[in-house]
Amino acid sequence: MTGLPHDFLGVFRAIGRFVLSGLASVGRLATFAWRAVAHAALPPYYPARLAEQMLVIGYFSLPVVGMTALFTGSALAQQIFIGGSRFNAASTVPAVTVIGIVRELGPVLGGLMVAGRVSSAMAAELGTMRVTEQIDAMTTLRTDPFRYLIAPRIIAAVLVLPVLVLVSNIIGTLGGFLLATQRLNFNAANYIDRTVSFLKFDDVMSSMVKAAVFGFIIALMGCYHGFHSSGGAAGVGKATTNAVVSAFILILLSNLIITVIVFGS
Amino acid sequence: MNKIEVTGLHKRFGPKIVLNGVDLAIAAGESMVVIGGSGTGKSVLIKSILGLVKVDSGTILVDGEDVTRLKGRALAAHRAKFGMLFQGGALFDSLPVWRNVAFALGRTGHKKAAELRAAAIDNLAQVGLGADIADLRPSELSGGMQKRVALARAIAVRPEIVFFDEPTTGLDPIMADVINNLIVDLVRDLKITALTITHDMASARKIADRVAMLYAGTIVWDGPCQRIDQSGNDYVDQFVNGRAEGPIRMQVKPA
Repeated sequence: MTGLPHDFLGVFRAIGRFVLSGLASVGRLATFAWRAVAHAALPPYYPARLAEQMLVIGYFSLPVVGMTALFTGSALAQQIFIGGSRFNAASTVPAVTVIGIVRELGPVLGGLMVAGRVSSAMAAELGTMRVTEQIDAMTTLRTDPFRYLIAPRIIAAVLVLPVLVLVSNIIGTLGGFLLATQRLNFNAANYIDRTVSFLKFDDVMSSMVKAAVFGFIIALMGCYHGFHSSGGAAGVGKATTNAVVSAFILILLSNLIITVIVFGS
Repeated sequence: MNKIEVTGLHKRFGPKIVLNGVDLAIAAGESMVVIGGSGTGKSVLIKSILGLVKVDSGTILVDGEDVTRLKGRALAAHRAKFGMLFQGGALFDSLPVWRNVAFALGRTGHKKAAELRAAAIDNLAQVGLGADIADLRPSELSGGMQKRVALARAIAVRPEIVFFDEPTTGLDPIMADVINNLIVDLVRDLKITALTITHDMASARKIADRVAMLYAGTIVWDGPCQRIDQSGNDYVDQFVNGRAEGPIRMQVKPA
């Protein structure tokens, strides 16, 4: 055969396959997200399932989110103190700590921790239901799995994440406060005064918006990968990993986008 | 009029052709058993009729209505005619037995938990199970009991049509016969149309009015159960008698 050598065409074929399967995945995910949102909005609702999911996603994530915020806030205050001292700006510790926590670290680390807990659990649970035909069985029992399984998870995550992140912000700031007053000899009243006076309403709002977006991503990734898992135990394992990894990446990416839009101009 | 009429059904997954022109008719009140080896598309056939799998071409008429064109509410109404016994039972492992059995009942109007529980216990009695297991989790039951609970769940809404996917797989011969008897009784007492897929010939002989054999994506033989030993079809003969030699070749690596 004349013309292009076989290997050369093979490379293009491989690239083509990769691009096509990538586009197909994006399309599938978009369709899934649309169905999930549409089903979340319309009745029948399952309030008991929603309450259950809010408890699982929100309440049981409090310890891990709280500890993450406490340790990170303290470490952040310490680093800002060290860095600031070099420029005679150690007094910026309260202001920069609260900004760093509320704008970025509170929502991002909180989101990542919840993704690690919740996306994986959702993918494993729905994945097991898929491979044991429980989802098919539900359909034959006059119940739409999108309404019964997926909508409550997505609504719960979107509602609960802002509350979790609010708690995370408060505990993170408190961590900075404790370290600064106990180790760095800051005056407590002065620290609180500087923190409160520097923080703006917009900072808190952006934090809450990020949290709601992350909540959507966390539940969507867990449900999507679980719902489409196949191939027994190994398939469920793969779905769980994919759910967590994709939730992490999408949280960090959407955080960047929101930060640039809100604070970049 | 036939209750279910499948014509020219085609379905492929990627390069793999699973259904290659299936024709099958089931009369109302009839118990049809589709036999065939593993991987011949039996499960895909019933999932297509339920509307769980989208077919590539062909028609599926249920009560004269084409299932392949149904969407949304109409599809949900179509599915409400069916009950299905899944191969592994597919019980919801997060719910107690009685909630499993009453699962579909809870959505038709807002009934109280006590009423649902009573209805669940009635249905458990239909399959020979007592109220004492109502509060157990599915994982606490033996395989045979799980199958029976799944059967109770499938018939709880009094469907017109019930599909049985490998109802005896994984059960000991005695428990398998208990399940077979239950199916025969339920079909007769509840006047349902039944479609069973199985490769268990003892089970097929017991529950079938008619038998059809699926091979390579088509129905190669279809006739009354009594004629299964005189079918005059080599494929059916090989399958019914369980012989390795014959027109059906298993994919086994040469030694």
